[in-house]
Amino acid sequence: MKTYEILTAGFGGQGILFAGKLLAEIGLLDNKEVSWFPSYGPAMRGGTCNCSVVVSDTPIGSPVVSEPNLLIAMNGPSYEKFIGVVKSGGKAFIDSTLANTAASSVKAGAGVEVYEVPATKLAVDNDLIGMANIIMLGKLIKETNFASPDIVEKAMKLVTEGKEHLYDLNMKALKIGKEF
Amino acid sequence: MEKSLMKGNEACAEAAIRAGCKCYFGYPITPQNEITAYMSKCLPKIEGGVFVQAESEIGAVNMLYGCAGSGVRCMTSSSSPGISLKAEGISYLAGADLPCVIVNIQRGGPGLGTIQPSQADYWQATKAMGHGDLRIPTLAPNSVQEMVDMTTKAFKIAEKYRTPVMILADGLLGQMMEPVNFSDETLSCEPYSFGANGHGNKRPKNIINSLYLDPLKLEERINERFARYEKIRLNESAADYDKGAKIVVAAYGSTARVARSAVDKARAEGINAGLFRPQTLWPFPEKQIKDATVNAKAVLVSEMSMGQMVDDVKMALEFKLPVEFFGRQGGFVPNPDEILAKIKEMEGKYNA
Amino acid sequence: MPDFKRPNALIDIPNHYCPGCTHGIIHRLVAEVIDEMGIEGDTIGVCPVGCSVLEYVYFSCDMMQASHGRSPAVATGIKRANPDKFVFTYQGDGDLAAIGTAETVHAAARGENITIIFVNNAIYGMTGGQMAPTTLPGQYSQTTPYGRDTTREGFPIRVSEMLATLDGVAYAERTMAVDPKSIIATKKAIRKGFEIQKNKKGFSIIEILSTCPTNWGLTPLKALDWLKDNMLPYYPLGVYADKGGNV
Repeated sequence: MKTYEILTAGFGGQGILFAGKLLAEIGLLDNKEVSWFPSYGPAMRGGTCNCSVVVSDTPIGSPVVSEPNLLIAMNGPSYEKFIGVVKSGGKAFIDSTLANTAASSVKAGAGVEVYEVPATKLAVDNDLIGMANIIMLGKLIKETNFASPDIVEKAMKLVTEGKEHLYDLNMKALKIGKEF
Repeated sequence: MEKSLMKGNEACAEAAIRAGCKCYFGYPITPQNEITAYMSKCLPKIEGGVFVQAESEIGAVNMLYGCAGSGVRCMTSSSSPGISLKAEGISYLAGADLPCVIVNIQRGGPGLGTIQPSQADYWQATKAMGHGDLRIPTLAPNSVQEMVDMTTKAFKIAEKYRTPVMILADGLLGQMMEPVNFSDETLSCEPYSFGANGHGNKRPKNIINSLYLDPLKLEERINERFARYEKIRLNESAADYDKGAKIVVAAYGSTARVARSAVDKARAEGINAGLFRPQTLWPFPEKQIKDATVNAKAVLVSEMSMGQMVDDVKMALEFKLPVEFFGRQGGFVPNPDEILAKIKEMEGKYNA
Repeated sequence: MPDFKRPNALIDIPNHYCPGCTHGIIHRLVAEVIDEMGIEGDTIGVCPVGCSVLEYVYFSCDMMQASHGRSPAVATGIKRANPDKFVFTYQGDGDLAAIGTAETVHAAARGENITIIFVNNAIYGMTGGQMAPTTLPGQYSQTTPYGRDTTREGFPIRVSEMLATLDGVAYAERTMAVDPKSIIATKKAIRKGFEIQKNKKGFSIIEILSTCPTNWGLTPLKALDWLKDNMLPYYPLGVYADKGGNV
């Protein structure tokens, strides 16, 4: 039995909810129980934003993830807020372009593996502005063996349905993350 | 049919359309806006489909009254402060015996409260959803799939007993996505025969009304309505529960999901705990809770409120078992460990 | 000259209105228009809260009773679900211009294809003669026992003029029901409203200045004079919006 309790966090506009949705779609295609729950609030663009995703072999109780075993933090405030609650044995993926972990006084707990990925910079360098979220996902999928490549591909097709041009760009971003 | 990921709000809207809902009247309020948006996108594409963004919740509920009064299946949705505004109209809908569905995606109160999830409208929904002698059958989903199934059921109960029906969900259920599928069952879309939609010189005139100046007539109407409520009480109460537990956790909606996790953790630690989850809040599943507590030493009620369901639990159990409460308020969803701690405390206290 | 008969759209039972009240006349005018257009079977009326709350008993078409002020919203619900039927509301000044202002203004702004019969008698009738949003400056009522003081109670609302500013309003006319000539003119205006609706032109409102001898504390005849002397100067008759063309 394995349960991923995932928190994706950043600021509005970074595709935090979309990243979560992609993970949930992957889980669904992988015949897992899944739930996705966004933070919702009065701030839209630029405000802090996070999203709970649970992917499990058993029925899901609370869809609210307060102690994740997988964290994606895509800016400084999200790193500061959530790195301390990642469970021992969990993994944290930090966008190091926007979160300076070395300068922060907050550190991950014992037994948490931290992966720093300069996703925002990689996105800019590769002409993939706005796809740092997918680069982060690429890294997460690789480090966790989250699902098989064909399921990931299928899920990506599903979430980009009707916007086929985005499919290729997203797949490119995933690949960059995986290979980082 | 393959399952797809959908938000609770959108799933509810889609289910309503599949249940024959032709008209929707709404007003923006978080966290239910996806219902309104979905209806605005889908209903205009359906023959006879109507979407109106009203000037207020009061406007919306009265459009619902007019539409239901003309015999057409319809729905409105809102969240707690908006439901308070609809209360007047809901009383009129009940007083005129009009079938329709009202969805409350609860947020915290009182007043403007918070936009985060809450279950603090239990009393309003089950005891006082408007002035006068009235009951509103109230369904409590706990998953996106149940948002679908109970929306369908709500239209059926509304039609069968000629009454407004409420779906009492919350911000968590409305906002979360889960896999969901829809049955292929199609419900009738024919206008109801009682509707005031023009008699066409073919039938006696229909009047939609809740005013009876003659006390005898009003009393007769109320008694007839309560005979229907009694049938609802006997036939429609529903609950999902474990049997034989010593510590029974009673929770509905989102909290029941968390309570399920807590109960499972307790069992893994050797505690004989069980979950009792009402799926209808009015009528409260009295028989079912008795069945669930045959071996119980105590009951723990858990809600995202100050404990509004506690009295119903106590009454259904005829005050024979100790009933305790654990809840979170202010928009917090309790976490399983908090409930587990309370279960453990009660296990010791009641020697369960 | 045709026989003077009860219109078919009115049921043959006594109404409850006070002697000298003009509701009976206005009911009749609406019923005559329904008869003449042959639309009784296709018409749904919405009655208000106020003196005409029992109107659902009197008309022979399908009727719906609304909560106080909400008739335009109720009519919206009926009309949207039944776009080929005729829907009218019948509302007093308190119902339409105080508690139901939002519903009225927004039904008008949306251009709902309904007809509103607005009976303005400058007072709350059924509840015993309180100040209405159309009560005149200086006018006595149960709740303005020293006369309406505009520094305290504000000013009356000229509904037709206000609604005429909205693009959704296809027809707005103010008439009165005090003598044969004005009654005939009122009927013509009501007919125009229904024709506008028939041609799907949008929102129509006929504001009818009316008397309330009981709560004004006047005899029926003196009430008619009071209307002409006091209400007419504040509420000029006329067509305030007409986007219907020739109907």
